[in-house]
Amino acid sequence: MNKEHLIVIGNGMAGMRTVEELLKLDADLYQISVFGAEPHGNYNRILLSPVLAGEKTIDQIMLNDEQWYSDHAISLYKGQKIVGVDRMRRRVWTDEGISANYDRLLFATGSDPIILPLPGSDLPGVIGFRDIQDVDRMLEATKHLRHAVVIGGGLLGLEAANGLLQQGMSVTVIHLMDCLMERQLDATAATMLKSSLEARGVQFSMAAQTESIRGDRRVEKVCLKDGTEIPADLVVMAVGIRPNIALAKHVGLHCERGIVVNDTLQTFDPRIYAVGECVQHRGKTYGLVAPLFEMAKVCANHLARIGCNRYQGSLISTKLKVTGIDLFSAGDFLGGNAAEELVYQDAGLGIYRKVVLRENRIAGAVMYGDTMDGSWYFQLMRTATDVSDLRENLLFGQAHNLGDSGHGPEQRIAAMADDAEICGCNGVCKGAIVSTIIDKKLFTLDDVRAHTKASSSCGSCTALVEALLASTLGGDYSQATDRKPLCACTPYTHDEVRATIREHQLKSIPAVTQFLEWSTPDGCNKCRPALNYYLVCAWPGEYADDYQSRFINERAHANIQKDGTYSVVPRIWGGETTPTQLRMLAEIAEKYQVPTLHITGGQRIDMLGVRKEMLPKVWGDLAEAGFVSGHAYGKAIRTVKTCVGSQWCRFGTQDSTAMGIQLEKMTWGAWTPHKFKLGVSGCPRNCAEATIKDFGVVAVESGWELHVGGNGGVKVRSTDFLCRVATSAEVLEYCAAFLQLYREEAHYLERTAPWIERVGLSYTKQRIVDDQQGRQQLAARFRDAQRYAQVDPWAERAAGMHAHEFMPIRPQKVSANAVPVAAGE
Amino acid sequence: MKAVNITQPCPTWLEVGRLQDIPRQGARVVSFEGENIAVFRTTDDEVFALRDRCPHKGGPLSQGIVHGRRVACPLHDWKIHLDTGLAVAPDQGCVARFSVRVDGDMVYVQSPSSVDGD
Ligand code: SRM
Ligand SMILES: Cc1cc2nc3c(=O)[nH]c(=O)nc-3n(C[C@H](O)[C@H](O)[C@H](O)COP(=O)(O)OP(=O)(O)OC[C@H]3O[C@@H](n4cnc5c(N)ncnc54)[C@H](O)[C@@H]3O)c2cc1C
Ligand code: SF4
Ligand code: FES
Repeated sequence: MNKEHLIVIGNGMAGMRTVEELLKLDADLYQISVFGAEPHGNYNRILLSPVLAGEKTIDQIMLNDEQWYSDHAISLYKGQKIVGVDRMRRRVWTDEGISANYDRLLFATGSDPIILPLPGSDLPGVIGFRDIQDVDRMLEATKHLRHAVVIGGGLLGLEAANGLLQQGMSVTVIHLMDCLMERQLDATAATMLKSSLEARGVQFSMAAQTESIRGDRRVEKVCLKDGTEIPADLVVMAVGIRPNIALAKHVGLHCERGIVVNDTLQTFDPRIYAVGECVQHRGKTYGLVAPLFEMAKVCANHLARIGCNRYQGSLISTKLKVTGIDLFSAGDFLGGNAAEELVYQDAGLGIYRKVVLRENRIAGAVMYGDTMDGSWYFQLMRTATDVSDLRENLLFGQAHNLGDSGHGPEQRIAAMADDAEICGCNGVCKGAIVSTIIDKKLFTLDDVRAHTKASSSCGSCTALVEALLASTLGGDYSQATDRKPLCACTPYTHDEVRATIREHQLKSIPAVTQFLEWSTPDGCNKCRPALNYYLVCAWPGEYADDYQSRFINERAHANIQKDGTYSVVPRIWGGETTPTQLRMLAEIAEKYQVPTLHITGGQRIDMLGVRKEMLPKVWGDLAEAGFVSGHAYGKAIRTVKTCVGSQWCRFGTQDSTAMGIQLEKMTWGAWTPHKFKLGVSGCPRNCAEATIKDFGVVAVESGWELHVGGNGGVKVRSTDFLCRVATSAEVLEYCAAFLQLYREEAHYLERTAPWIERVGLSYTKQRIVDDQQGRQQLAARFRDAQRYAQVDPWAERAAGMHAHEFMPIRPQKVSANAVPVAAGE
Repeated sequence: MKAVNITQPCPTWLEVGRLQDIPRQGARVVSFEGENIAVFRTTDDEVFALRDRCPHKGGPLSQGIVHGRRVACPLHDWKIHLDTGLAVAPDQGCVARFSVRVDGDMVYVQSPSSVDGD
């Protein structure tokens, strides 16, 4: 069967990213041809600025060389401009007369730099800043010419000015406004930027209007309206870009400022798609790569006929790629009109930050000097997080707010040595990450995770890896979109999936994946455990757990160890035990020759090294001795750590041990989005470390203080104080309500600490403390669910449930001819 | 006339059991002469057999989550193609696979001693 033919017009960043995404989804669907007007393979246009500044070479910025095209059986026609499209006959042709038929056509023609129609703007020596040819011409000019004038003090103009300066030219920037980069910066940041560029030697003509460019055979000077004349051997026009829609218009595609597309990146001609800067989507055009890459992903999804992804527009942030100048801007950074502005400025250190808030949410930010936290603000902005609780320290950055056991802000990413370890889990160093980003042409965090494993485990180094991406790529790079899909099988977010499960009464994993049109036949190892949990939580007692969608630890109810054996941790209620219990544990350990016993960090005893087939037997004996599963393996209630409290301790104010045991008896067996740990201390000396638990209780004379959202693991976070209550019955009610809120609203694998940071403590307080009726309903739902959850999984399996899980098959050997031959062999 | 390859030993087959003994989207460990083979069954009732040792650090693949024609290793989450034994890119590695025959509901796997090592 003949494959359909996909033709791509434009060999640039958006077009080729779409092809790459398409190949990932389905490499065999199309025969692909690419026509590019430029005489090159596909290169990273963003990095032209560092090339101009002499920090990179053209070779280093190639993304896909010709080998890549031939490896993927793509016909590349470089240096070939498409000049006509016959939409009736589905045919394109180039200026050199090559023509080809298409089944689908993709416009990715980018933009053109705007060249102001001034007298003299057609003189030799006047150029734009868009492609390799422009950079070549500028570099050629730097060899024997002295004076450069850049018209336009925006992002591109300043990068051009800096590059030309680095190459030894004297540079004047002419800017129409009295603030540089007025579309990205407020007056303060713009002034700081201007003075540091001036300190490097760039000269500025601000609030200046160019009247003409003059010269005999080539450019000699630039004349301003006010009569000033500036000598110029080279003029770079960087006053903006205009979507390149000439061809699309010519062939009758509906265009406004750009080629108009819908949420699937389809133009008004259903055979024709468009991506990149040439596109106008929901009235907006874009000039940065992050949104273009998001478009590419969606477009590829539809070209691959999966058809379940929509592009809904992007929020963008900007950084300037001038080495040594750190600048970040996003959203509505000007404020005014019912907005609040938080400002931090240290002129001495050259640091400025402004965060604009609307209704307690970040609407925009500008940063100058230190931009490490830019991605954090941007994240809070995209997720529309209520920042009331962070407000006090918001300007001091993320490290200040989250507590930090590891990577402090003092670790300046650029200053780090190449052998500095970035990812502790996988032992990946800075140098390895940087060289992989360059060699494998990576743009996204996910790519870096896949190729280097860095940040793919605990994720605590994510910010560092993102910073490395940004500093290696120089400019913006594609970040996760604001609506992060649950996994690669679906475009829907955790919240959307959960809401759909409830609304449409979906009660099995296939029901969900079919209803929401998953792109894979049976999901993957990321979404299936999440869906299983969401269903368990939504339909207690009704949903039949799909144990094949659980990670092995939860399927086997024990923790897998590096050698394939398992560990067994029985519950020791509240950490309190008896000689009889200990004796029984000792006997069982001896009977099964358990190699290691370890007193855990959670106040219980871990029996390590049990072979899988022995598990049901060990559990049977434990059950007989009165033990139940400790769920040390599950996204579930783990331990309740307690201290001895008023029973013994001279400072104890309440019976913390009894309180802990009551809490554990109430909560054990519950499945949660991530593991959930509790602690109860008998006084504020807090020996049970309750303030780093998911739910912590600290006894005081007058009752109990309740704390939530602590974490003692990868990133230490101390709890937020929720409220104080008088009685132990209230402790139980608040705990049940908090647990249920977390169970119902957190994303799978989101622990309480990041969850609270996402939704805000105020929100939690409002639901648990202020809303009495709501609290009681939450607690009641929790208790109801517990009726079905508190069944000891070990006892069930000791009695024979899922026996096949634990027993290896010992096969019969049969002779070859006894085995029927499969058809076709 | 007939080419007989005498260096290749005649394959021996192991009778693993019935198809329904292997859980859908799951696996069973088949233990034979000290060697563990992971026998997988997909949602579509396809059956595949791989040596039960992940090419990364030897994790037991039989314990992983089976999705599509892939399994995710339980130790460090490498994905392995069930049909080829190759690691899913960008990870690189390969695990030995064994031929499988399904006759009615009986499942047979080629014995490890009759195939070359990894
Ligand atoms: C056994 C134990 C270590 C010990 O011998 O003391 C342990 C062992 C493991 N911990 Fe832990 N953690 C143990 C107490 C802790 C504690 C201390 C505590 O609970 O008071 C912490 C810090 C407190 C906290 O969680 O906030 C802790 C923070 C972690 C983390 C980081 C969690 C985080 O949110 O940052 C992980 C990784 C994860 O869950 O993704 C982890 C993961 C693990 C795993 C499950 C790693 C794995 O996937 O195999 C280890 C399982 C070993 C096993 O088979 O038993 N373990 N782990 C402790 C069992 C406690 C228990 O009785 O159930
Ligand atoms: C110097 C510079 C610095 C930048 N810095 C950043 C940055 O830091 N961060 C950021 O996010 N973005 C930056 N950008 C913007 C970014 O490079 C663009 O957004 C991106 O390249 C646009 O991709 P595209 O595929 O839409 O267009 P392009 O990459 O321009 O590709 C379009 C291609 O189509 C070809 N073409 C056009 N018409 C035809 C035709 N009829 N037939 C055949 N071929 C045709 C063109 O020759 C061109 O090669 C920068 C741009 C420049 C120039
Ligand atoms: S027990 Fe916890 S801290 Fe120790 S090695 Fe395992 S995961 Fe790391
Ligand atoms: S052993 Fe399989 S992923 Fe590490």
